[in-house]
Amino acid sequence: MSTPTATPTKTVAELEAHADEQVVFQRPETLTSANFSYCPGCTHGVVNRLMAEAIDELDIKGRTIGVVPVGCSVTAYDFFDLDMAQAAHGRASAVATGIKRANPDSIVFAYQGDGDLASIGTAETVHAATRGENITVIFINNAIYGMTGGQMAPTSLPGQVTQTSPYGRDTKTMGFPIRVCEMLATLDGPALVQRVSVDSPKNIRQAKAAIKKAFSYQMDGVGYSIIEVISSCPTNWGLSPVAALDWLRENMLPYYPLGVFKDAGAAPAEAETEASHE
Amino acid sequence: MPNEKVLMKGNEVLAEAALRSGCTCFFGYPITPQTELAAYMAKRMPKEGGAYLQAESEVAAINMVYGAAAAGARVMTSSSSPGISLKTEGISYLVGADLPAVIINVMRGGPGLGGIQPSQADYWQATRALGHGDGHLIVLAPATVQEMADMVATAFALGDTYRTPVMVLADGMLGQMMEPVTLPEPLDLASIEDKPWALTGTGAPGRTTRNIANSLDLVAGNLERRNDERFERYEQIKAKEQRAETYLIDDAEYVVVAFGACARIARSGVERARAVGIKAGLIRPITLWPFPTTTIEAALPGARAFLSVEMNKGQMVDDVRLAVNGRAPVEFYGRTGGVIPTPAEVATALADLQQTVTAAGTKEA
Repeated sequence: MSTPTATPTKTVAELEAHADEQVVFQRPETLTSANFSYCPGCTHGVVNRLMAEAIDELDIKGRTIGVVPVGCSVTAYDFFDLDMAQAAHGRASAVATGIKRANPDSIVFAYQGDGDLASIGTAETVHAATRGENITVIFINNAIYGMTGGQMAPTSLPGQVTQTSPYGRDTKTMGFPIRVCEMLATLDGPALVQRVSVDSPKNIRQAKAAIKKAFSYQMDGVGYSIIEVISSCPTNWGLSPVAALDWLRENMLPYYPLGVFKDAGAAPAEAETEASHE
Repeated sequence: MPNEKVLMKGNEVLAEAALRSGCTCFFGYPITPQTELAAYMAKRMPKEGGAYLQAESEVAAINMVYGAAAAGARVMTSSSSPGISLKTEGISYLVGADLPAVIINVMRGGPGLGGIQPSQADYWQATRALGHGDGHLIVLAPATVQEMADMVATAFALGDTYRTPVMVLADGMLGQMMEPVTLPEPLDLASIEDKPWALTGTGAPGRTTRNIANSLDLVAGNLERRNDERFERYEQIKAKEQRAETYLIDDAEYVVVAFGACARIARSGVERARAVGIKAGLIRPITLWPFPTTTIEAALPGARAFLSVEMNKGQMVDDVRLAVNGRAPVEFYGRTGGVIPTPAEVATALADLQQTVTAAGTKEA
């Protein structure tokens, strides 16, 4: 872990005035000074920060390229102090593939929501995974389309009321939610397939460890990683931030169990143990 | 061995010429009649140390192109008509993010699945509608396998200079045709200008700012400024990059306008018309966008009428009419669905045109 250093925005005088104080928490260098534009209580910001911390700690900021497609993360190029590509809806894994193949020394991540990754971009997702493309995919699953205002997502739960499932998701006509990790874990290509959550300090710490592991796998050439992050969308769920986290725990975690579904970098027994712990 | 002629298929020449132009990434998807190009790349690219990938779809392929172009690579994809339709979303993003790439369309008949025989029915799409939003691609149309060999290098160079995707619009006839060709000398990669805007990482040498490849701008005024800047570049392209070939044009009264393989047929048609006393000539647009309006303009003083000959239902004729702007009659002759016009048909169309124009002139007199 790198030693925390002063934020570049502070002047020398300011630093000297607080010379006796110890910095214990500050903005990661990989985040810009821009304020997040996410809604209050949204967990995107938490995940962005975890990614930035992981990139700082692995000392890969200078060679990391991020890809952000359409969705609430579409303007995330303002938040990461990295070279960034904005991508069309669903195409982030293909764009990340192009960047990685052109410059294999770059560390490339795709940051995608559930509509993007599991609906319009399903083909790009599955094929990047089965190719074992050496990229890191961070998948935000909040069971709803956030940016367009709360429509049904491929991961919306049975019975979930959204703008486009106003009577609840009827599985007879609207089908069932996709469990992306379980699906991708059947493939030979992926190196790391893990589902985490950011609903509690404990889970946030585990999410951070998973994200960091995913980036380190890419650095070591182990291959494709996907970290699914169970997230909340208070605005479009129509709940307060705290109630949204309760709803997440009560409804999403039973359908989307946390755990490691595949880990090519771990000893077989260890991977099994991790999954069984969750 | 330099300057040695080899016998090669058009599709393979496009691939070899790309490799010799510094193309290091190719992303494609099989479709007739261009598949030989991808197959050639699959064989050669790994040996050159570049990236070849058969994507899961045309949509994925063009987005891989977007990624590699953003990373600063010389990148190419190829397809045929229905596949190009799938690529248009990604092409629009390339335009919007000002990313250079070379896109090959070896046209087949349409609409829909159409057929696999040669066609020029994607002229409108190539020059008007390669994706949503305001924008153009430079569109180059080869007529011979040799021109295919030379044009790919031009396409990469133009793309880099103007930061725009470039389309090479061929057809199934050229793609499948074998002709003797002198391949271009491999480009010295050091001669390719640096791309300071490329996504190479903020830690790359000489970097002071971070780079973003992006077509999104939620502020109305900003987006308009970006569009204005792009269209200023288009004006420069129109002024500097129009290309056309002419044949027997100096005294031509009846001017055939035809592009690609069809222009070779039209050329024979012009010769046949000359043989029966019709003063015919040929303009072959090499850049379809920008359309060579200055060449049309130069032919106008002596021209009594224009005849656009195409393998479609009449698409480029729109651009001929815009260039002529009512100053002479503009007619069309074409065949579709894989039926190729013959020189005799072109000569007949010219004879008919002469008769019509003469009759109209007599009536007026």
